[in-house]
Amino acid sequence: MSENGNRKTLAIEASGLAKSFGETRAVDGVDLAVRTGTVYGVLGPNGAGKTTTIRMLSTLLLPDAGSARVLGYDVEREPDEVRGVVSLTGQLASVDEDLTGRENLILLGRLYGLKRDRAKARAAELLEAFGLADAAGRLVKTYSGGMRRRLDISASLVITPQVLFLDEPTTGLDPRSRNQVWDIIRTLVDGGTTILLCTQYLEEADQLADGIAVIDHGRVIAEGTPGQLKASVGSGALHVRLLDPDDRPRAEAVLQRNLDSVHREHDPAALSASCSDAERGAEAVAALSAEGIGIADFSLGQPSLDEVFLALTGRPPDEAEGEGQTDTDDRQEAA
Amino acid sequence: MNPDGIGTTTTTGAPPAAGSKLEAEAIRKALSATERPPRASAASAALSFGWRGMLKVKHVPEQLLDVTITPVMFVLLFTYLFGGAIAGSTGEYRDYIMPGVLVIAVLFTTVYSGIAINTDLTKGVIDRFRTLPIWSPSPLVGSLLGDCVRYLVAATVIVVLGLILGFRPDAGLPGILAAVAVVILFSFGLSWVFTTMGLVMRSPNAVMNAGFMTIFPLTFLSNVYVDPDTLPAGLEAFVNANPISHLVSASRGLMEGNVESENLIVALGTAALFTAIFAPLTNRLYRRS
Repeated sequence: MSENGNRKTLAIEASGLAKSFGETRAVDGVDLAVRTGTVYGVLGPNGAGKTTTIRMLSTLLLPDAGSARVLGYDVEREPDEVRGVVSLTGQLASVDEDLTGRENLILLGRLYGLKRDRAKARAAELLEAFGLADAAGRLVKTYSGGMRRRLDISASLVITPQVLFLDEPTTGLDPRSRNQVWDIIRTLVDGGTTILLCTQYLEEADQLADGIAVIDHGRVIAEGTPGQLKASVGSGALHVRLLDPDDRPRAEAVLQRNLDSVHREHDPAALSASCSDAERGAEAVAALSAEGIGIADFSLGQPSLDEVFLALTGRPPDEAEGEGQTDTDDRQEAA
Repeated sequence: MNPDGIGTTTTTGAPPAAGSKLEAEAIRKALSATERPPRASAASAALSFGWRGMLKVKHVPEQLLDVTITPVMFVLLFTYLFGGAIAGSTGEYRDYIMPGVLVIAVLFTTVYSGIAINTDLTKGVIDRFRTLPIWSPSPLVGSLLGDCVRYLVAATVIVVLGLILGFRPDAGLPGILAAVAVVILFSFGLSWVFTTMGLVMRSPNAVMNAGFMTIFPLTFLSNVYVDPDTLPAGLEAFVNANPISHLVSASRGLMEGNVESENLIVALGTAALFTAIFAPLTNRLYRRS
């Protein structure tokens, strides 16, 4: 590791990272500085370049330009040293579906250099800790999404990595499984592991990350703590869905009297507005009812990725309209 | 990030069901319990990947069916259907064809090495393997070592069936074992050709088609089934130059106890040549893809 004092506190540092696939500039000059022992969130829509960035940092792809160091090791010149300190839980399940959970972990233990008995004991320990002991002898292809994710993460921990890359660890998970994954991430970082977390969810980055970079079209368009980011976006939002879409212009006018930056969502019956104060939100909803506007549902919550992008770039993310695209991120970026 | 971390529920999350909460303490303990051991040696990493191949056979034993049924069909079909017509008696033809059928049964299996690599590439687990601090060709070498066990299964089926049908070569069991060993060494070399194919082709099906389109004519245009002397001159020259013919001659020679060293040298030399060219090529393609 470098003796440079600054380097010692930075687990990941990238400058000007770039990668093109044919005509597409998937990553177009990304700078990152991730302090040791923190969670750093990389937030962006599908195809923004998150996966490509992670693949370069974890030595799976060579950058076209720029440079990156992980714990002081250059990803291009010292890939083997980098591999010795990182683990990757990729977006596609990075476990072998044709083996059992236990066999996956024993195999990795052996590959990391553990003796046979130690690898077996380690596998049992991890399966127990991650709530997979009962499923240990089943083929991974029979696992639920949440179980697969937990196995995938535990596979990254056979030898505790100093730096862990997590690529959309909760995409496609139900809320309970997602909370479990979040708890695991918190425990890991408490134990001193540095985590680079790619996600599409502001809430996830907000819950877990100490610092966040928002990435779009392969560039970092905003960076800061979750607090700073939310302050620039508006710390909360009121979402209202009307019974009758025809009421939307009237409802919009009512909300504008009570709240700021009211805007129309893709759903023709839905509106959202910036709202940091629950009481004012409740008043706004009451005002809608008083006008006789029927409300199907409403919620107060954090701004969605759409709203972050709207606030930062003045437009929604390009692919925000798509559903079920999460698994194609890789291919889109590689295409 | 919430400093209290564990134990907090989020505003939008469903309440965790009783007993579903993961034991943060257990995870913490599991994390602190590992010390990084010295790196796995190249041999140990490759053997671990070989073990992975074995496990897949254990979980889906049906995949050995093609390795076992095809050769059985070949032996029975050629011995009893064509034997009388080609060699005058089924017994005589059986003795002629057995060493050759051993060769083709095992060589056909090598195509599956390419199919397996191609299938692996579509899965996320390959990314994990490539971020491990291991000797980088070990997944490839390991899976071919695992395949060698499949070759051994195919060879055993043929040999046992031959013995049941009354095949008694002069050099006895040591001769048979020597022939099996040479055939497996040749197959190890040949399978690098198919792993290269597996890395450049788009789908497992394409690998299968291209693989069998290559191996099928090459095994037929050899001395497995008929004596090359009976062939037209041009074809005879091709058959005699075919390394598979040398492998078959070596297999026959070892079983009969009269092997010519030229055949052994050509067969093993070809295997070494394939390995020297296609193993580095496979490795380079594997690292880039």
